[in-house]
Amino acid sequence: MTLVEVLFVLLGAMALGSAVLVAVSNNLVHCALWLVVTLGALAGCYLLLAAEFLAWVQVLIYLGAVVVLLLFALMLTRAPTGTVADLTSSNRILAALTAAAAAGVLIVSFAAGFGGTRIQIDSGDIGNAEALGSTLFGSWVLGFEVLSVLLLAALIGAIVLSRRQERD
Amino acid sequence: MIDWWDLALRLGIVLVAFLVLPLLVGQLEHKAMAHMQARVGPMYAGGFHGWAQLVADGVKFVQKEDVVPAAADRSVFKLAPAVALLPYLVVLVAIPIAPDGAASSLDVSLFFVLAVMSVGVLGSLMAGWSSANKYSLLGGLRVAAQLVSYELPFVLAAVSVAMAAGSLSLTGIVAAWNPWWLLWQLPAMVVFFVAGLAELQRPPFDMPVADAEIIFGPYTEYTGIRFALFLLAEYAGIVVLASLTTVLFLGGWQGPWSDQLGWLWTLLKTAVVSFLVIWLRVAYPRMREDQLQTLAWKGLVPLVLFQLVITTVGVVAL
Repeated sequence: MTLVEVLFVLLGAMALGSAVLVAVSNNLVHCALWLVVTLGALAGCYLLLAAEFLAWVQVLIYLGAVVVLLLFALMLTRAPTGTVADLTSSNRILAALTAAAAAGVLIVSFAAGFGGTRIQIDSGDIGNAEALGSTLFGSWVLGFEVLSVLLLAALIGAIVLSRRQERD
Repeated sequence: MIDWWDLALRLGIVLVAFLVLPLLVGQLEHKAMAHMQARVGPMYAGGFHGWAQLVADGVKFVQKEDVVPAAADRSVFKLAPAVALLPYLVVLVAIPIAPDGAASSLDVSLFFVLAVMSVGVLGSLMAGWSSANKYSLLGGLRVAAQLVSYELPFVLAAVSVAMAAGSLSLTGIVAAWNPWWLLWQLPAMVVFFVAGLAELQRPPFDMPVADAEIIFGPYTEYTGIRFALFLLAEYAGIVVLASLTTVLFLGGWQGPWSDQLGWLWTLLKTAVVSFLVIWLRVAYPRMREDQLQTLAWKGLVPLVLFQLVITTVGVVAL
C-alpha cells in the first residue's frame, strides 16, 4: 500500500468510528463534537482524492457553519453537562434500518455508476476549483438550479414560520 | 520532489512569527491604548517602556493553578483553548508575505484560510458550554449568534476579491492587485474588516465577553495557562485578520522596491491594520446585541451584495 492509501484507510476508520460515537454518545453536545471529527475526517478523505476545493468547502460550510448552528440550537434548548440517561430514542430500530437502507442505496448506486472509474490523483487538475466549476455549471447545471430552488423554498418556509406569531 | 529543508525553514519562520507577532500586537495595545487615554501603560518590566510586560504576564500565567470547575465537562473544557488557538497557526502557513513567501502554496489558499479560520470559534463554543456556568453559556450563545450573522458577509467580501482577481490563491490575488482596487473594492474591504472584527469578538463587537453583564463570557472559568491561550488566540486572530486584509485588499507585498522589500511592505501594512484594530477598541463603545444583528443583516449583507454587483460589472465590462 502507498502512503496515500494508508492515510485514506486511517481517515475512513476515523470518520466511521466517530460517526458511531455521534449515534451512541450519551451527551448531546458530545454527539455534535464527534460530528466535527467525522466531517473533518471526511474532508481529509476528499483531500486525498485530490478534491482540494471540495475539502475546504466541506470544512467552511459543515464545520464552520452547520456544526456551529447545531451547537447554538443545543445550547438554546437543553444541553446539561454530564450524561443524560434518557437519550435513547424509542424508534432506534427504525432509525437504524433507515440509515442502513440509505447507505445501501448510496453504495450500490456509486458502485454501479463509478465502480470501474480510475482517477489519476497525481495529475492535479481533476479536483481544483476550475474543473469543479466547469462541471457544476456545465453538465450538472440542472441539478444545481433545482437545488437552489429547494433552498429558496426552505428560506421562504423559515420566513413564514417566523412571522406567523405576528398575525395571530 | 519537495525540498524538505526549504519547507522546514519556512514552517520554522511561521512558528516564530506566530509566537512573536501576537506579543508585539499585545504590547502595542498596552501602549497605544494607554497613550490614547492619557496614561503611560506598563513602564517597569524589562526596563525600556515595559517592553517585557507580556513575557512577565506569560510567566505569571504558567505559575498559576490550572483550575477545572467540579461540574465542568473535563475533557471538552481542557481541549477548548487548543481548538481556539491552533486554527490561527495553521492559517499563517498560507499567507504570502512576498511573491514566493508563503510557507505553503495552495491552489485554493483563499478557501483554505476562510475554512480553517471558521473552525476557531468552536473553541469558544466548547468553552462556553463545558464550563457549566450560566454566564459562560450565555457568552457561548452570543458567540454563536454573532458568528452565524457575520460569517456570510465575511466570506462574500473575500469572494468579491477572488472574482476581481480571477484567482482563489492568495498569491494570485496579490499579483493581480492594482491601486485602483482601493476604490473599486472599498465596500468589500470595509465589510471584510468589520465582519472580521466581529468574528474575533474584538471591541466594539465584544458582546460575548461583556464584563459588565456576563463577567468574561465563555472564558469566565479559565485560569492559568489555558486562559493565557485564549488571550493569545485573540491576538493571533488580530495578526491573521490584519494580514488577510493586507493580502486581499491592500496589495500585500506591492509597493516601491517590492522585489527586495516585498516582505517589509506586507509587515508594515499588517502593522497599520493591527493598529487600526486597537484604535477602534479605544474609540467606540460596545454594541448591543440587537445593534450587532442589525448591522450584520441590514448593513453589511446588502453592502457586500452591492459590491458583488459592482465587481461583476467591472470584471465583465472592463
